[in-house]
Amino acid sequence: MPDLSLCAESDRLLFEATTSRSRRTKDTLASMWMLGALAVAVVPLTLVIGYVVLKGAQAISWSWFTEDLPAVTRRAGGGMGPAVVGTLLVTFGATVLAVPLGILGAVYLHEYGRADRLAKLVRVMADVMTGVPSIVMGLFVYTVFTLRFGLMGLGGSLALACLMLPIVIRSTEEMLRLVPDELRQASYALGGRQWRTIVTVVLPAAFGGILSGVMLAIARAAGETAPLVFTIGAARSLNLGLFDGPTTALSVQIFQNAQQPFPAAQQRGWGAALTLVALVFAFTILSRVVSARVARRHHA
Amino acid sequence: MATTTLALLVAPRSQPGGDSLLEPAPGRRGDAAFRGLALLAGLVVLAVLALIAVATTGEAWPAIQEEGLSFLTSDAWVPSEGRYGALALVYGTLLSSLVALVLAVPVSVGIALFANEAAPRRLRRPVVYVMDLLAAIPSVVYGFWGLVVLAPAAQPVYGSISGAVDGVPVLGWILAGDSGRSFMTAGVILAVMVTPIITSLSREVIATVPRAQREAAYAMGATRWEVIRAAVLPWSRGGIVGAVMLGLGRAMGETIAVALVIGSSAQITSHLFEPGDSMAAVVVNQFGESTGTHRAALIGLGVVLFVVTIVVNVSARALVRHLDRRSQGA
Repeated sequence: MPDLSLCAESDRLLFEATTSRSRRTKDTLASMWMLGALAVAVVPLTLVIGYVVLKGAQAISWSWFTEDLPAVTRRAGGGMGPAVVGTLLVTFGATVLAVPLGILGAVYLHEYGRADRLAKLVRVMADVMTGVPSIVMGLFVYTVFTLRFGLMGLGGSLALACLMLPIVIRSTEEMLRLVPDELRQASYALGGRQWRTIVTVVLPAAFGGILSGVMLAIARAAGETAPLVFTIGAARSLNLGLFDGPTTALSVQIFQNAQQPFPAAQQRGWGAALTLVALVFAFTILSRVVSARVARRHHA
Repeated sequence: MATTTLALLVAPRSQPGGDSLLEPAPGRRGDAAFRGLALLAGLVVLAVLALIAVATTGEAWPAIQEEGLSFLTSDAWVPSEGRYGALALVYGTLLSSLVALVLAVPVSVGIALFANEAAPRRLRRPVVYVMDLLAAIPSVVYGFWGLVVLAPAAQPVYGSISGAVDGVPVLGWILAGDSGRSFMTAGVILAVMVTPIITSLSREVIATVPRAQREAAYAMGATRWEVIRAAVLPWSRGGIVGAVMLGLGRAMGETIAVALVIGSSAQITSHLFEPGDSMAAVVVNQFGESTGTHRAALIGLGVVLFVVTIVVNVSARALVRHLDRRSQGA
């Protein structure tokens, strides 16, 4: 588009002719501040990701995923298999607990409660719950669950589910809001009951958006450490059950290895960090792809 | 959709007013049941929050009873002597979060303004992606990196800064010490973690500035900066303050990253380059080896953290509503 650049050029000349030097300087300073801010934010991102990839890649091999954790952290060897499986299982458990509940809660807020007093209260409390620190969720599950039933994967799932629930509720409600009322009315006009309308018309229409929010919540939960430290224990070997005995997770392994001065432990920490970051990024990017597709459909 | 069409053929039509007479009972019951189920799911949020308050306070009670008010007013946290005063830990939580905000707010607001006001259209999406990735990195990874890479690298820098400002009235008083693991390092790591939160919330608010306001300012010959000053910032001030406070809530509750880099030595000092400790960090560092009153006191710290973050969150939202009404209502 040559016209546009011509336009920009004349704009610039006009700008310089009509704007005093001090105003132009201030404008330039403001632009430098904004660009500088972006640069400042990019630096830690590249540094952290750079270190994680470069150092972590050295730890990762086939046996990294298949072998149990070593008995002596000081020595090299062993793998991270139990932690990878633990993270996946515990997060999966949390998803199973939080997602149906969260979607139903959002259905209540948007399809039934709308503006009544109880719905407003639930909405505000869901926002408040988003702000509750993850360590508090961990302590909570420790007091009501772990003290009675012991350390196990399910405790971690419960704590992570507490973190995911408000995120799923609020993001799903936003998506239900985007479903046009005409769709609901059309279903009613065909004689559809409200619950059928919600299950067969409203939720399918909002599916993409809900899925995107759910995956963001999963990404957030999978990276959490504090809620797991008190609830899942520290196993060294593979535990495929959520209900029997201690297990472990990648985040917990990073935390434990970080505190050890031995090179082998540090190496293991970087490897676990790379595995976890890859997992979390995969979910974040998937979520973005899904929501971009949904947005395109809405604009079309 | 096929089932809906089938239902259309089989079920009698519902009519306004005559609904309950014509509709077969199962449909009605299905509606009531689904409504009840949804309501229950909504109530879970209230139940969990209430249960958090009750269960954690109950479990912390022995320590609260033993310590009384000195749980909050004493700065002696000495488990071996059975003394649990959380003041120095509260101080550490507040100071590290404050440092984080001082560093993160100018950067976050700058990025939000860049993404919404200044960036060429094709650059906006990448900016959002960068923020998404920053937000997605787990806190334990930031903590690990802070401990292994940032803290050792920062130590000589801290040393030379504190040497340079030694004797200067205010600066020399704040920028003192030379420990790699310190309030400052914790603040820097927290700043990196809350920047994407403050940025994305600010961006949402800035996006609500009416086009007409902006265009009017441009039409009067304002430069981009003047448009931001005159049209964008006044409109979104409330939302940005709210975003900053939500970032504060997040920073105060952050556990693992702080536990790794703050230095784990509870003290009240104005020296930013000295080690300290925070409530959340103490909980996660000492929980494993604690028993009895010690464990109860750690859960008590969780209760304090819970109350503080709820107060910050609720007042942030109230403030946003208040400021919004003042600047936009009129």
